[in-house]
Amino acid sequence: MGAYAVRRVFMLLPVLFGMSLLVFSIIYLIPGNPAQIILGQRATAEAIAEVEKQLGLDQPWHIQYVDYIGSLLQGDLGTSIKTDVPISQEIFPYLAATVELTIVAMVIAIFIGVNAGIISAWFHNSWFDYTAMVFALIGVSMPIFWLGLMEQYIFSVQLDWLPSTGRYEASSVIDPITHLYLVDTLIQGNMEQFTDVAKHLVLPGIALATIPMAIIARMTRSSMLEVMRSDYIRTARAKGLTNFWVVYKHSLKNAVIPVLTVIGLQTGLLLGGAILTETIFGWPGIGRYIYDAIQYRDYPVIQSGILLIATIFVFINVIVDLLYALIDPRIDYK
Amino acid sequence: MGKQQDILHVQGLRTSFFTDNGIVPAVDDINFSIHKGEILGIVGESGCGKSVTSLSIMGLLPQAGKIVGGEIFFQGESLTKATEKRMRSIRGNEIAMIFQEPMTSLNPLFKIGNQLTEAIHTHQSCSKEKARKRNIEMLELVGLPRAEQLLNDYPHQLSGGMRQRVMIAMSMICEPQLLIADEPTTALDVTIQKQILQLMKELNRKLHTSIMMITHDLGVVAEVCDRVVVMYAGKIVEEAPVRTLFKHALHPYTKGLLASVPDIRSKKDRLQSIPGNVPKPGSIDKGCRFAERCEHAMERCFVEDPPLYKMETNQQVRCFLYDTETKKEASHETTIT
Repeated sequence: MGAYAVRRVFMLLPVLFGMSLLVFSIIYLIPGNPAQIILGQRATAEAIAEVEKQLGLDQPWHIQYVDYIGSLLQGDLGTSIKTDVPISQEIFPYLAATVELTIVAMVIAIFIGVNAGIISAWFHNSWFDYTAMVFALIGVSMPIFWLGLMEQYIFSVQLDWLPSTGRYEASSVIDPITHLYLVDTLIQGNMEQFTDVAKHLVLPGIALATIPMAIIARMTRSSMLEVMRSDYIRTARAKGLTNFWVVYKHSLKNAVIPVLTVIGLQTGLLLGGAILTETIFGWPGIGRYIYDAIQYRDYPVIQSGILLIATIFVFINVIVDLLYALIDPRIDYK
Repeated sequence: MGKQQDILHVQGLRTSFFTDNGIVPAVDDINFSIHKGEILGIVGESGCGKSVTSLSIMGLLPQAGKIVGGEIFFQGESLTKATEKRMRSIRGNEIAMIFQEPMTSLNPLFKIGNQLTEAIHTHQSCSKEKARKRNIEMLELVGLPRAEQLLNDYPHQLSGGMRQRVMIAMSMICEPQLLIADEPTTALDVTIQKQILQLMKELNRKLHTSIMMITHDLGVVAEVCDRVVVMYAGKIVEEAPVRTLFKHALHPYTKGLLASVPDIRSKKDRLQSIPGNVPKPGSIDKGCRFAERCEHAMERCFVEDPPLYKMETNQQVRCFLYDTETKKEASHETTIT
């Protein structure tokens, strides 16, 4: 297992290399000259040359790339053109906001999705099964921005139960420690703020959970149906085990691998910043951050943001791979 | 046939499958008993209802299957009327079952030790250490070497024969009164087959467990069974002590089966076979189900359903050839010609 993990992580290197190369080449793909963008339309040729020299843009591309990688490895993600703040400092709160929302959304999606899938499979072709699968189909095909707007209209505007935008009430001030505000308020023992933060998470959390939940439910159902037909499930029942143990121990563990794959992919997608959802709910997440950077042509932010998201995505996949091997002893460590 | 010394008594059992294409009777009015300590063979081609019979006893029929008539008595207690909770306490504890496919019958994701312990803990409360000792004891009893290490192995690390031994150990771990073995050796190669059969016979002798041996292989029957029930298309066509059956089979179907067993001493090029195919369940609504394939079929066979005739040789047979009336006519004919 240990050797397998090491090997799997090593296999990341070429992927990360390719990613960095792609991201690096963004500078050359963006129309116009970065120095020009920084200085504005009326900059003189000398000023532009001066800035290019500062940024190292006068060097040949491979030297620029080596410099870029070198600074990345030192944790230097560049400096935002817009704010002139190092990106590594600036990006963290945005990333934390997205991570917090993703975790909440995925917990909802996994809990409801997996259980709905199991019950649907167990009561195959029952009314529960049909209802759940119709909802799953609706969930998969629902435009999320529309769902978000409807949630806001019903629960914020009409019923006034939940706040519609932001991470917490504008009037309160939260001292950031981890920037995961649920954690921060809990550490500080401020329950009032904790419930406020939790309330703000509900609507965007549900909106973001919808698609993963539907996909997870469908995947769990089909995977469970297949497993429940297998011989070892019959053996488990012939031993006199209760249905609960047959389902949650013997079936679920065997059925979970394709479900894990889906969970990993969906988590990666959500962490990539759901730009639409974050915009609707005024969520200061990484999707919004990059979206703003694109509007401003803040190319170092775009580069680093994309690189960060891609890296997270790849690492989640590695974690999923390691989980496979942890669950199934037959998955070879070669 | 007193119910007292019978461990299992099946009475008029009918099991049907409710499919989109209508109701299919898979087992149609069968009666048999298993005595204490006996090994009963149930023989027949695939689709004759042997496995459905065993799953009916275990209460493990697939969703579409339902017992629509008759009763099953286990030590005098009706299983068809038992609650699901009672059935669970019987399964694995008093009636255990092993299956045809050792390769897929063990859960691939749990260690052997875990699966064995689970079988104990489902029915008995005992300490982990005691369960472990019992596991090792059982693995040794079924002839597996290095039992202690095996507990930490996963099923995929074992061969088919070893897995079937583990299955047997698992099924016997609570010392059940009755073991239902559904083609336990079909998927194994011949030498392993022989070992597994011997093992089962040994366990039967040592622990006095009754065994219901379901098979399509007459060789298996000859090797281990005391008594045999022959099934054809959901019905019992013949029942006999094993020696009697091999020496003196009565039903044309049984005779056909025996004739199609290859004989190493025979110089014939071709094996005998019974012409035609097993009728689809539910496709014959009157007459003997074997009539179309039977060389002795009379007019009557296509119209009337033959009853089980009790013979003096402790045999029962479902064939008009053994109707005393028919017999008289037949002997009459032969004397004339």
